[in-house]
Amino acid sequence: MPLSPDEVRRIALLARIELSEPEIAAAQGQLNAIFGLIEKLQAADTRGVAPMSHAGDASARLREDQVLESDQRERFQSVAPHVERGLYLVPRVIE
Amino acid sequence: MHNATVSELSAALTAGKISSAELTKLFLERIGQLNGVLNAFVTVDAEKSLAQARAADERIARHEGSRLTGIPIAHKDIFCARDWLTTCGSKMLANFVSPYDAHVIERFNAAGCVILGKTNMDEFAMGSSNETSYFGPVKNPWDQTCVPGGSSGGSAAAVAPRRAPPATGTHTGGSIRQPAALTGITGIKPTYGRVSRYGMIAFASSLDQGGVMARSAEDAALLLSEMAGADARDSTCVDMAAEDYTRTLRQPWTPDGSSDRPLQGLRIGLPREHFGEGLAPEVEVAVRAAVAEFEKLGASIVDINLPNSPLSVPAYYVIAPAEASSNLSRFDGVRYGYRAPDYADLLDMYRKTRAQGFGAEVKRRILIGTYVLSHGYYDAYYLQAQRIRRLIAQDFDAAFKCCDLIAGPTSPTVAFKLGAKASDPVQMYLNDIYTIPANLAGLPGMSIPCGFGSGGLPVGLHVVGNYYSEARMLCAASHFQQATDWHTKAPGV
Repeated sequence: MPLSPDEVRRIALLARIELSEPEIAAAQGQLNAIFGLIEKLQAADTRGVAPMSHAGDASARLREDQVLESDQRERFQSVAPHVERGLYLVPRVIE
Repeated sequence: MHNATVSELSAALTAGKISSAELTKLFLERIGQLNGVLNAFVTVDAEKSLAQARAADERIARHEGSRLTGIPIAHKDIFCARDWLTTCGSKMLANFVSPYDAHVIERFNAAGCVILGKTNMDEFAMGSSNETSYFGPVKNPWDQTCVPGGSSGGSAAAVAPRRAPPATGTHTGGSIRQPAALTGITGIKPTYGRVSRYGMIAFASSLDQGGVMARSAEDAALLLSEMAGADARDSTCVDMAAEDYTRTLRQPWTPDGSSDRPLQGLRIGLPREHFGEGLAPEVEVAVRAAVAEFEKLGASIVDINLPNSPLSVPAYYVIAPAEASSNLSRFDGVRYGYRAPDYADLLDMYRKTRAQGFGAEVKRRILIGTYVLSHGYYDAYYLQAQRIRRLIAQDFDAAFKCCDLIAGPTSPTVAFKLGAKASDPVQMYLNDIYTIPANLAGLPGMSIPCGFGSGGLPVGLHVVGNYYSEARMLCAASHFQQATDWHTKAPGV
């Protein structure tokens, strides 16, 4: 089922990626070609088959919730775009 | 010296015939001669490398070295290395100096290996040609008008022309095996969960796995022994002790094997689906000849079926983008990496940062992933793909009841021209048609050089083993390499 330009716009908004009008047109063509490939899945009979979410059906191990790391705030914030007094700065969200 | 194997280099270092500093300088010079042409490295830092080399030399002098102490190694730029620029091939991380080491980096540093540099790669490991890197494409050392494969194309283009003795790589669909095949080197991707993903920048977490790109199965075994093993910081890393993959390398397949038929008793399955339409005749000829060589060494051949393998590429292009769209949501311009210079509000900052920071292929996959996970489509796409993933894993279970290893072509063609498939994502995706099935199942896979096709471009033989059978795969590959010399061929650059 081919995607319309409006659907491409909606997906791009959900994905938080700005697309220009020419990019939307290009993305529409390419995504539809990829969905043409993916559509082959629909024909497969998978009744009674359990979804496999992980290679080898690995299940995540649990461990004790312990503090293992020392405080490295300055080190980790040194790579942030905008920091002030130990806080990450972003545009105002609450008036 | 640059043609020596890792074990030869190790012996020379221990015997004092060469120092790690001399060896590191030699490789750094060789990288410098060629990097303007091949673009295999994003970052080299001679000062840091030589400091590590000198520390390794002191350790060797104190007789405290391990067998990898002083060995230079190149790391794919997906592994976070403390104080090294770690870009993942993206503008998004073009300024990211990692504040910590990945588990794999920690292991190699602790063994005394020297980081030679960080290798170029497809952006966030999304690509099969190394053309999606923000830092420009990597060239194939056998023919600079061709791609080296991807996404670990920089590592492949470092090892093949002897610019690094070994290199690390990572694998999600075909990213170790396909570039290994296209550049004539040995690459192994172990069983999912064998190598910790801690500090390895995530693409598709249920598929991503670190591995080795090396000159031979023997070198790969040495390196993989250091990489594999439990790590509590990755909950999917299996709780199994490290294994010495070199221990059984030279042993016959069964105790009955003789020196001229060491693989007596080995049953190799050839999947009919991997020898059909789309396979280049020149690749088939080289692969069939390699299979005949295995027969000479004592192996027997059985035909097998992997009936659901035609569905593997469509299933992969639902699962991997879905996981990528979730993983890459962390790149929002707040805590690290790129942030757009101008924006109106928070939403606008996210949208512009991601529009400017990601390249076209990464955006495409995030959009696919966002769509297949969105309301109303999850069952039809994501769950259906996961059901097919199980069918594919069951195909392998059935096949391994009648064979020990599965062999075939790694890639349907030899290296293709730069730009040839760049504008057609579907054609690009079909490159990984033979490697993706094993990855969806979580099985270990290798590519070993087995000949040359048109234009003198290398062909790779694909070998898949059952879960945790890396030692057996490396043993079979090593016997093949004892009897052949394809792995000793290097491009003349």
